[in-house]
Amino acid sequence: MVDELGLAGGEIIAALKRGRIEYVVALPDITTSAGVLWPISRDQDFKLVRLCKEDEGVAICAGLAITQHRAALLIQYTGFLDSLNAIRAIACDYALPICMVIGLLEKEPHVKPRESKRFGVRIMEPILETMGIDHFCIDGSQDIAALPPAIERAYENSRPLAALVGQRVRP
Amino acid sequence: MIRRDEGLKEIAKHRGDAIVVAVYNSAFDLRRVSPSPLNYYSVGAMGLASSHGLGLALGLPSRKVIVLDGDGSLLMNVGSLVTIASQAPRNLYHFVGENGCYEANGSHPIPGRGRLSFAGMARAAGYLHVFEFDDLDRFAIEVPRILSLSGPVFTTLKIVPGEPSPLDYEFIHGPGTRQDFKAAIAAILAGKA
Repeated sequence: MVDELGLAGGEIIAALKRGRIEYVVALPDITTSAGVLWPISRDQDFKLVRLCKEDEGVAICAGLAITQHRAALLIQYTGFLDSLNAIRAIACDYALPICMVIGLLEKEPHVKPRESKRFGVRIMEPILETMGIDHFCIDGSQDIAALPPAIERAYENSRPLAALVGQRVRP
Repeated sequence: MIRRDEGLKEIAKHRGDAIVVAVYNSAFDLRRVSPSPLNYYSVGAMGLASSHGLGLALGLPSRKVIVLDGDGSLLMNVGSLVTIASQAPRNLYHFVGENGCYEANGSHPIPGRGRLSFAGMARAAGYLHVFEFDDLDRFAIEVPRILSLSGPVFTTLKIVPGEPSPLDYEFIHGPGTRQDFKAAIAAILAGKA
């Protein structure tokens, strides 16, 4: 089910807090910019690390995970695709809980990611499955509840997570 | 020019209980010159040592983090200079071994070799302290002061290869090596180290 008004950023932020996320490591993504990143930049509960490029964020999150701090890497799917080798090496080979929140820019409402007309969106889930990365799509408010347990699972098993954000998030 | 292993020995003399993040040939030299469970081998995704170092420095602010980067590696992640300067971790010491080539991949020259200033880039990015050395004796004198400064500190060393170290890829890529590092960090966090 898709929320016609867009996703509520406050609910995603609350879910990150329930997942005990302390650091948000981010490069702006228009899908989550207004609803998630701008509010987080003003939220004293989070420490924000602004990036120049997404792959450096994978390594920063690795250092934070090893020192037992929880982090979310907030990026756009294009940045995920650009960072595939870093994710392969650091998240998958090193077996670290790199928790990615990935905006699916221009995914059509009411359409599953793998059925999108956008090639880049369409290949996201198959890539994640090939890499063995736990993933799910937040396409409506009801999907947000899956985020905190997915974060717990990532840290418990020391494995990466990709939470795909399927539509634009409103403040 | 400074032999890489000789320069590393000077850093090792003063590392104390610091975490050291190293790439490729520096990693092999580090293992020979200064073996420690607090050595973190940044391999598999070239260019990201400085970012691993930043994550570790933010996560463990009471502990010095030394990054032994390469010039080719840093060029792959040059934006990290800006990210690091922006976060300004006081405990991060970023060393770059500047040999002008991709030594681990056939010694092809890096772009901009001989014209590019890594010290200049670090200074422009906003590192608090920036140093450049091409002489071992002068570097040896300055290392204690460099490691006593409040970071982020950037130091570039003009290097040539030194005594060859064993190229033990099994070790630097091995899951056991990473587990040992995680255990060493966990012990620090538990107050046992």
